[in-house]
Amino acid sequence: MMAIPTIVRERTPQLVVLAVILALNAIISPGFFSIEIQNGRLYGSLIDVLNRGAPVTLLAIGMTLVIATKGIDLSVGAVMAIVGAVAASLITSGYSLPATLAGALFVGLACGIWNGALVALLDIQPIIATLILMVAGRGIAQLITEGVILTFNDKPELIFVGSGSFLNLPMPVIIWIVLAILAILVVRRSALGLLIEAIGVNRRASTLSGVNSRVILLAVYAVSGLCAAVAGVIAAADIKGADANNAGLWLEMDAILAVVIGGTSLLGGRFSLIGSLMGAMIIQSLNTGILLAGFPPEFNLIIKAAIILIILIVQSPASQTAMANFRANRQTMAIKTESREHAAR
Amino acid sequence: MANAQPLLSVRGVSKAFLGVSALESVDFTLKAGEVHALLGENGAGKSTLIKIITGAYRRDEGEVLLEGTPIHPRDVVDAQKLGIGTVYQEVNLLTNLTVAENLFLGRQPKRFGLTDIREMNRRSRAILDTYGLDIDVTAPLTNFSVAIQQVVAIARAVDISGKVLVLDEPTASLDAHEVKMLFAVVRQLRERGMGIIFISHFLDQVYEIADTITVLRNGRLIDTVPVPGLDRLKLVSMMLGRQLESDIKRTIDPNTARSEPLVSLRQLGKRGNIDPLDLDIRQGEVVGIAGLLGSGRTETAQLVFGIERPDSGTISVAGKPVNMTSPRKAIAQGFAFCPEDRKTDGIISDLSVRENIIFALQAQRGWMRPLARSEQEALADRYIAALDIRTSDREKPIKFLSGGNQQKVLLARWLATNPRFLILDEPTRGIDVGAHAEIIRLIIDLCERGMALLVISSELGELVGYSSRIIVLRDRKMVSELTGDEISTDQIMKAIASHGATGEAA
Repeated sequence: MMAIPTIVRERTPQLVVLAVILALNAIISPGFFSIEIQNGRLYGSLIDVLNRGAPVTLLAIGMTLVIATKGIDLSVGAVMAIVGAVAASLITSGYSLPATLAGALFVGLACGIWNGALVALLDIQPIIATLILMVAGRGIAQLITEGVILTFNDKPELIFVGSGSFLNLPMPVIIWIVLAILAILVVRRSALGLLIEAIGVNRRASTLSGVNSRVILLAVYAVSGLCAAVAGVIAAADIKGADANNAGLWLEMDAILAVVIGGTSLLGGRFSLIGSLMGAMIIQSLNTGILLAGFPPEFNLIIKAAIILIILIVQSPASQTAMANFRANRQTMAIKTESREHAAR
Repeated sequence: MANAQPLLSVRGVSKAFLGVSALESVDFTLKAGEVHALLGENGAGKSTLIKIITGAYRRDEGEVLLEGTPIHPRDVVDAQKLGIGTVYQEVNLLTNLTVAENLFLGRQPKRFGLTDIREMNRRSRAILDTYGLDIDVTAPLTNFSVAIQQVVAIARAVDISGKVLVLDEPTASLDAHEVKMLFAVVRQLRERGMGIIFISHFLDQVYEIADTITVLRNGRLIDTVPVPGLDRLKLVSMMLGRQLESDIKRTIDPNTARSEPLVSLRQLGKRGNIDPLDLDIRQGEVVGIAGLLGSGRTETAQLVFGIERPDSGTISVAGKPVNMTSPRKAIAQGFAFCPEDRKTDGIISDLSVRENIIFALQAQRGWMRPLARSEQEALADRYIAALDIRTSDREKPIKFLSGGNQQKVLLARWLATNPRFLILDEPTRGIDVGAHAEIIRLIIDLCERGMALLVISSELGELVGYSSRIIVLRDRKMVSELTGDEISTDQIMKAIASHGATGEAA
């Protein structure tokens, strides 16, 4: 009974920010909240936010777990490019959709395990360990596509993953929502969440208490690779081709931002998957809003950066302390007035 | 000196945090040329008072006078400039810089706009010379022992401030010999006319060095008394606010000595850590390890618990040899280990008391088999009650608990795994007197219920009180094993001191 109110209370700042940005979008574009059904699929700006946000949301799931262990995964954008290239080349070579998907996900998983092995077994700092694949990844993707944009306009089964719909909802939305629920259930219904947080707070103490820290670290990077793989397949299916240079470009930064906006600290420890999902939605609402507003494109990144800066300032420890003091003052003032009233009586 | 104006005078200082009072109208007077010990259980308000004096906190009420002038330090740097310097237990220096750089950090002598290294080294040598310390000031600080780092920190603080020196548990990680060296420095500063505020949990040291003692309890001043003639029991009861029970004496059941050993070490050792040693530990037995800091005590425990890998010898549990390659394997054998350094090796600071208590048990079960929330709460509540863990709430992050209560949570974490063999490394270090007695009682209680314990402690009186046997380590070697009537503080000290080793145990 108490679970939902607690979740809502903990995520109030994110909810408020999301609501404000959506309201701004509605002001800019009056039809923002209208949703209609055409050809058995929901259409509307709100649905578009959910749909376009799919890659960042998926990356944010894996990124949250990695960041909770005090790590970071810079390679996810490059992994998306690799996986897109693998999927495109498998499907154009005549493999079936299940074989293509299996191959693509396997490659993503392998990338994640590579990162995890560098971090967990060789104790390389995560930012450096994953930078290797971030740099090398686009080269690998180009090797796979042989330097061209590998298109698959004649493969409707793979395109369906990016632009099809099911139960009136676009496929990407269904995929990220299902995976997000799955991730939240696995992490919170098992002890995995606790162990991940503990490793992030104090890896040595966790190991001394009997946690198999190396295996768990390896696992979170593997999950991050897998999430990037799913995002990579969606991104490729969406444009009906694999673009080694641009697929997932800078999305690792959006994913990290989504996690931070969602309230998970880069210092590791306590994490919130729901918060990260909201963070991803906030970023996507911003992107959509900026497009709808019709600003000259050169302003887009500046406006986005400015708004994110405001969000982070509001969330910063300094302003949190200020807020707490303000509240405490108001409380003591209330108590004082009350006691004065008592005295008056 | 009795009539002279006090060097530092604190009058009616109060401080509250978000409505919770931490210090209530406390007076404190420090004279020049005095070592003034500040005592009290954890949470008594010692650190709050110190932080107000050193400018880390602002007081809510009251005044602080330095040489008769009211002061309002804005921050620690401001207080330093006024003449109040502090040295903390964990040395706040940069160990990768040289000794001289540490002494002059932020105020390097300049020449043509660049640091004049020669001048800095020359002045550093001169400063350290006054402390009788002749070390290479161009070597990185990390090359030196904690005691020398401590003296460097003091030298820096005195050089910058020079009127009042606050020593916050300076001896907590020093061995007896190093404590002597530090005290020589403190006495010298006292003769120079500085006022020294000394905080320590070691009553022996307080008696040795302090001229005056101020006791705080629950944020209030209990009393300020001169040390000569102060009865020890009276002091402890002032700190606790209750009468201390008489010494705990323990009788050992002679049958345990004949039973089969639970854990046997045979020629277990690791080069550079501890020379090969043999040791048997039986159920219902406390084996104590005594020795100076660096004698190989912690290293022995780490080999047994699989944290370090031995390069010789074997460990057997209940007669069967075991390959102890990780803490996980040790835990699977029913081992448990409360480490010496609670902060880095023990507590998981951001997690709640509940999560910290169930943590080892959950790790043992694996992530697939989570403990139900209700089970976790029941376990946490049981141990909070059983060990009298003082926390307002089981969901409070453990970092907000005092040292003694954190230690109890760590004990609870291991007791929840129902171990056969418990290793405690300095279980009573840095915790207040009340929790101290409770942990000793718990050790005896666990032993009587048939657990095997290996306890490392610098408090020899304590070890003698509860150990069935004591092994003494010196210079990474086992030099003596004391049983039965041989167990006494004297015998341990003799074993440590034999072969020309100087100094006595802390």
